[in-house]
Amino acid sequence: MILTNLENVPGKATVEHFGIVAGSTVRAKHIGRDFMAGLKNIVGGELCAYTELLRESRQQATDRMISKAEQLGANAVVNIRFSTSSVAQGAAELYVYGTAVKVE
Amino acid sequence: MFNLELIQLYIVLFFIILGFITGTLIEKRHYRSIKERELKFLKLPAVTIKNVLDKEAIINDVNFVTGSAVISLDYFKRFLAGLYNFFGGEIKSYESLLDRARREAILRMKEKAVDADIILNVRIETSAIGKSAEKRKTIGSIEAIAYGTAITLKK
Repeated sequence: MILTNLENVPGKATVEHFGIVAGSTVRAKHIGRDFMAGLKNIVGGELCAYTELLRESRQQATDRMISKAEQLGANAVVNIRFSTSSVAQGAAELYVYGTAVKVE
Repeated sequence: MFNLELIQLYIVLFFIILGFITGTLIEKRHYRSIKERELKFLKLPAVTIKNVLDKEAIINDVNFVTGSAVISLDYFKRFLAGLYNFFGGEIKSYESLLDRARREAILRMKEKAVDADIILNVRIETSAIGKSAEKRKTIGSIEAIAYGTAITLKK
């Protein structure tokens, strides 16, 4: 599966369009991590636990998008965009969407 | 009763001083490492343009790369920002926070594309996270994510 955030896969012609595919995941932080982050909030610096958590979640959302694209018979997803929204206190939705296409 | 309030004040003062010392140290160290790594990746440009490649260029590999970082404010800066909120004006401490997060995100993206020649269509997004149950708490930390398409050309 080729992923890109360009309009088409460079060097390859698009054969077929399948429309939009998306993947999302809603994650809440667990209490231990939140506590540690609270401590880190006093001294400042990077919150590695959060970086890791968000990276994992975003990967999961991307995987879901890829599996949807595979179901449609696509071999590439172009014009990928990420977006984050907080749906509730302490929970965030990570959303990734793109256009499933078939390339040569 | 008076004594208890004094103790509370001391605790807050202690946190502010602690935050000031550690925050400044961490920020200085972070900026040093950012500058070092930016020099290392000088040859890998990350651009927001989509089509800078020649028609003749033969593309070997196309990769979607992302990088993200969550950076938190320290207690002193949050206190300072609270003051600024009252008087208004430019908040330098928040600026450096956002700057650090974005530059770190771009660097992490580049680190995933060491073999690439160029990263096209780079987008940077920022979101505030870590708003905890306490409502009076303002933005504690921000997340910056950078993503783009890494292109490797045939040499």
